[in-house]
Amino acid sequence: MQLSVTGIIRRFGPVAALGGVDLDVAEGEFLTILGPSGSGKTTLLKAIAGFEIPDEGAVRLGGQDVTLAPPRSREVGMVFQNYALFPHMSVAQNIAFPLEMRRRPRAEVRERVAEALRLVELDSFGDRLPRQLSGGQQQRVALARAIVFNPRLLLLDEPFGALDRKLRESLQLEVRRLQRRLKLTTLFITHDQEEALIMSDRIAVMDKGRIQQIGLPGELYARPASRFVADFLGESNLLEGRARNGVAELAGFGAVPLPPAQPDGKVTLLLRPEALRIGASTAALPCRAEAVVLDTVFLGQSAKLRLQLDGGTEMLARLPLRPSDPPPPPEGSRVALGFAPEDLHVVPQG
Amino acid sequence: MSSPRAETPGANRRLMARRREAGLLLLGLPALLLLALVFAWPVLRLLSLSVEGGTLAHFEKAALDGLYVTVLLDSLRIAALVTAICLALAYPVAFWLSRAGRLGLALGMFALLLPFWTSVLVRTYAWMVLLGRNGIVNRMLRDAGWIEAPLPLLHNTTGVLIGMVHVLLPYMVLPIYAALLRVDPDLSRAAEGLGAPAWRSFLRVTFPLSLPGVSAGCALVFVLSLGFFITPALLGGGHVIMISMLIEQQVREFLEWPFAAALSTVLLLATLAIYALIGRLTRGARLATP
Repeated sequence: MQLSVTGIIRRFGPVAALGGVDLDVAEGEFLTILGPSGSGKTTLLKAIAGFEIPDEGAVRLGGQDVTLAPPRSREVGMVFQNYALFPHMSVAQNIAFPLEMRRRPRAEVRERVAEALRLVELDSFGDRLPRQLSGGQQQRVALARAIVFNPRLLLLDEPFGALDRKLRESLQLEVRRLQRRLKLTTLFITHDQEEALIMSDRIAVMDKGRIQQIGLPGELYARPASRFVADFLGESNLLEGRARNGVAELAGFGAVPLPPAQPDGKVTLLLRPEALRIGASTAALPCRAEAVVLDTVFLGQSAKLRLQLDGGTEMLARLPLRPSDPPPPPEGSRVALGFAPEDLHVVPQG
Repeated sequence: MSSPRAETPGANRRLMARRREAGLLLLGLPALLLLALVFAWPVLRLLSLSVEGGTLAHFEKAALDGLYVTVLLDSLRIAALVTAICLALAYPVAFWLSRAGRLGLALGMFALLLPFWTSVLVRTYAWMVLLGRNGIVNRMLRDAGWIEAPLPLLHNTTGVLIGMVHVLLPYMVLPIYAALLRVDPDLSRAAEGLGAPAWRSFLRVTFPLSLPGVSAGCALVFVLSLGFFITPALLGGGHVIMISMLIEQQVREFLEWPFAAALSTVLLLATLAIYALIGRLTRGARLATP
């Protein structure tokens, strides 16, 4: 069901944990709140789940104002960071809990628990206790428990944090598939930008109790609206310069053409590491410089290089590697680098 | 010098690992020796005293003479009552403490532990002053016009219960408090989010998970009550007789050491049986808690 948050403010003493948050999640949408710890994303989640009452603003679910409603009447399924499975109840009892609280007939409970267990591929685990399961299995039980009562909204609070990388990736895709299949409106909280890019329909980047930017993952990555978003989402080279008559003067690269209608004055330019090219292929590029390799990190399908321009500026480059490619330039070597001006994005000042 | 590790065969390594464990045992040795000397040895002596001369006559007397069975059952009944009252009073306190802020916790703990710093004897005499026919409690109730004749609060079971509950309450609160602290607050949040009203979330989640603390508190209070002496002796005024008082009487008045030993053995066995029973009843709860 559609979720709408308007003008939410929550103060703790003099500090505003939420400084006026507006957010709309469409029916069936998977929206991620991405932010560092202390950005207010957990407080926002609590206000939506009903564990926290905001000082100002409103939370609406399917048009109904639930700002002051207790958690139990909101019909919101939530997966906690540590799963919060009831340790003294079996997996089946855990999943049956929300149905029992709604006083569903016993036969229906049994049927829906079995269905939920099938959905998360834990058919034969109903009788086990949570602590007899692996972390990934516990996570799936928590998910089954959160969706078994057909909630109006699914909240996921950093549910993959405690899992190892391989498992995390497969569960992320599994959750995503399930969410699409059930058309569940979902709000996902994370500080992991990679996770946000993998899973979301849209991402809202949060910092200092406010939403800094909201949009499609590709949009946020290519055209961040602030330095913070550029820095937080993916790796970045942020270049400072002065614009005059549509051209910016950048240390090392000289004059770089800017997009049309760029006013004169200070500019911050974003260049993603994969847009910076190295070696012979740079000869044809309009913006070129020379640099020393500070270090090279081999990552398998690519290599990450930290470079220092002659002027002292440090830059990051990501070099795609095919098996037939020569090894990346070693530390201490001198390389030519360059980029195409259309790969630059002007980061709005603020 | 060659590396010693490379030459050490597996058996030798196990020996070294065992030595390390033995080192830990050594640290516990003084306490173990003390316990053996002042506890295990006297208990064994007591046991042997009760069957002195190779006869079970003392146990026979304890079992067949109606008085001793009645007193033992009475003691069990009072211990059970004290435990039940302590549990009813202590659980809400422990629950509140487990959720109190820093100041509330400090004040609560202070109030709870304050009586520990006063001798049981002093506290028991204080209760005698409070509960007597013309004691403070009766006078206040009469002045308020709530009663006409003074309530019988002293020298009966009521007085004994009040005094014992007062002394033993912290032994119930602390284990329950510790157990409640270990219950993740996200669990009750999860329960409420899944549709449980607060009371159902408590009954289905928080309470079952605190059972190990409840069981520890009950065992502690019950066992301590069963052998309690000073408080029932003074507040009961001879009208409430606990098994410990009979044992004392046998020793002090009749110098009947073997019979006192037999009664003590019965008390010890009863205590162990209760302990095992409580442990058994709450085994499931303990297994399920992480």
